[in-house]
Amino acid sequence: MTAPALSLKNLCKSFGPAKIINDVSLDIQKGERHAIIGPNGAGKSTLFNLISGLYTPTSGTVSLNGTLISGVPPYEINRMGLSRSFQVSNIFANMTVRENVRCGVLHSLGQGYSFWKSVTSSKEVQEKTYAVLEHCALLDKANTPAALLPYADQRALEIAITIAGGAEVILLDEPTAGMSHSETDRAVELIRKSTEGKTLVIVEHDMGVIFDLADRISVLVYGEIIASAPPSEIRGDPKVREAYLGDEALPEETV
Amino acid sequence: MSDTTQTYADIGPSSGAKFRQRFLPIAIFAAIILAIPMLDPSRTMLALMHQMAIYIVFALAYNMLLGKGGMLSFGHAVYFGLGGYFCMHAMNWIEEGGIWGAYPTFFLPLLGFLAGGVAAAVIGSFSTRRAGTTFAMISLGVAELIFAGAFMFDSLFGGEQGISGDRMNGPEVFGLTMGPQQDIYWFMAFWTILSVIAMYAFTRTPLGRLSEATRDNPQRVEFIGYNPTRVRWLVFTASGAFAGLAGGMSAVNYEIFTPEALSLIPSGFVLIMAYVGGITYFAGPIMGAILLTYMSSMLSDFTEAWLLYLGLMFVVIVMYAPRGIAGIVFGFWDGIRGSNPGAYLTNWLIRLFGSLLMLLGLIILVEVSVRWSNGWGEVFEPFGMHFPHESILTWIAIFVPLGAGAAILRHVTREKEEMAA
Repeated sequence: MTAPALSLKNLCKSFGPAKIINDVSLDIQKGERHAIIGPNGAGKSTLFNLISGLYTPTSGTVSLNGTLISGVPPYEINRMGLSRSFQVSNIFANMTVRENVRCGVLHSLGQGYSFWKSVTSSKEVQEKTYAVLEHCALLDKANTPAALLPYADQRALEIAITIAGGAEVILLDEPTAGMSHSETDRAVELIRKSTEGKTLVIVEHDMGVIFDLADRISVLVYGEIIASAPPSEIRGDPKVREAYLGDEALPEETV
Repeated sequence: MSDTTQTYADIGPSSGAKFRQRFLPIAIFAAIILAIPMLDPSRTMLALMHQMAIYIVFALAYNMLLGKGGMLSFGHAVYFGLGGYFCMHAMNWIEEGGIWGAYPTFFLPLLGFLAGGVAAAVIGSFSTRRAGTTFAMISLGVAELIFAGAFMFDSLFGGEQGISGDRMNGPEVFGLTMGPQQDIYWFMAFWTILSVIAMYAFTRTPLGRLSEATRDNPQRVEFIGYNPTRVRWLVFTASGAFAGLAGGMSAVNYEIFTPEALSLIPSGFVLIMAYVGGITYFAGPIMGAILLTYMSSMLSDFTEAWLLYLGLMFVVIVMYAPRGIAGIVFGFWDGIRGSNPGAYLTNWLIRLFGSLLMLLGLIILVEVSVRWSNGWGEVFEPFGMHFPHESILTWIAIFVPLGAGAAILRHVTREKEEMAA
């Protein structure tokens, strides 16, 4: 049996006396679309920061394709094939959209830290940049400074940078937060298209998006995973209903 | 496949735009430099231009850090100075002959480049771990340390007299004896044009782009597979190398280096040059270097308060034109080519008029005050006018233009805000 794409074992993270993540164990298989839901302050973003290397776990481990990655710096984790987006748009504001995506492409195409050749000398980089822009429907805004993009396009750019390096494991942190319905639909379509055949871990508040996209859902409450199952089971789970009671109604199954 | 080739080229700038934006300015810059000797400049002018050339390279090197890398250094003269000192020693080794005797002094800046780069690589290995305030404070500390150290190690830095040498040794290249100022002009032209092209090209490389990405958002850089500390270190090393190259130019020009060259004063001066010129533009530091070198050498002939004017200009730029002179120049260019050039020009001229009025009042205030404070009874008498400090007319001549200028600027700004709203 191959190692799971992502494997968390007894993961804990405390900030001083506050235990934010408490003994989380979770295996995510290759090609799975896995959603993490939970009320505000449950520790979803902290969990992402632990997986992507921004934080070091207090105890426990994170493995990527069977390789231990807890304690490894983010840029090395990224090179091993894990890429993440951010809840608040985290782009290079002073660069154009094209330059943003190009930055995301560079390392995966072996450009390294080179200073002896032009950034435009590699045809591969140019083509990959173009392909990612086209994929994310950002071609017509390619030369717009990123800071001037409308919000929904900034979110699309956030995803574009995340997938530009060709990572096999993609972590998306609330990709549709603050979007209108039509914008959300477009974003979901983009996410579905971008993560075809890849492993996706997504944190999201919009239950419609979650139940639409995910193969499996984990519910995180006060730093602990109280349930991890396919959407149909999660919907009926009394513990989950309790955690969400009065907070947000789970959508009913549609035929 | 040919389709993709066509289309990805479409989204980038066209070859015409590339030519206009990238090749043409540098070509014009080089053409001006090459054309200047035809005007047969005086020795004073040549000396001034050599100083400008040194500072153009130094300020551009500094801006690799500040403008493109987001690292504020208070001690970049360290690399300028160490590069220059190494070149002074090499100049003396060349004079002694031996294997060094075969090295042309024309290529000394190359050694400065290496020395500056090595020094920056060593110091940068710890100073670039953090950006922001930490980096700025470490740069200040290192500068003080090296400056103090320079007085302790006399054989390396020559104590207060510094190290001097003679550039007219070693083999000739390009038929230049390196003696007369005219020969030095070609030396300066060669290294300035080469450095400008190299530093511009650097901004177009993957590392150059990542440097800007790291400046804007170091966290995100980590998540696209790059180590921001490493990016900063490499940029710092490159910047130190070009600062060392400028030091090498200076060594050949003055044939002497003293520990003052490592101190905080030239470090501060290069910061002001880059900032006044405009750190967000590649050409900004070039403009700043030319203007400030000119001011510091020419203004001192007209007024003893020239440092005060320099300081005031810096403060005004920081507060009212943070994109520097380049920002003003390019802003003006965009404005008169914009949708309403007439209105823009009118607005611009009114603002210019207001600024000049304020400047007039300010100059009288400064000049009268300086003479009053000196206490020698000297009176400020420009163009046959008479401004004694005890006359009420003098103070009217100061405060009326100051007030009127301020009122005009205020009015224009307010009008603009209302139009925007």
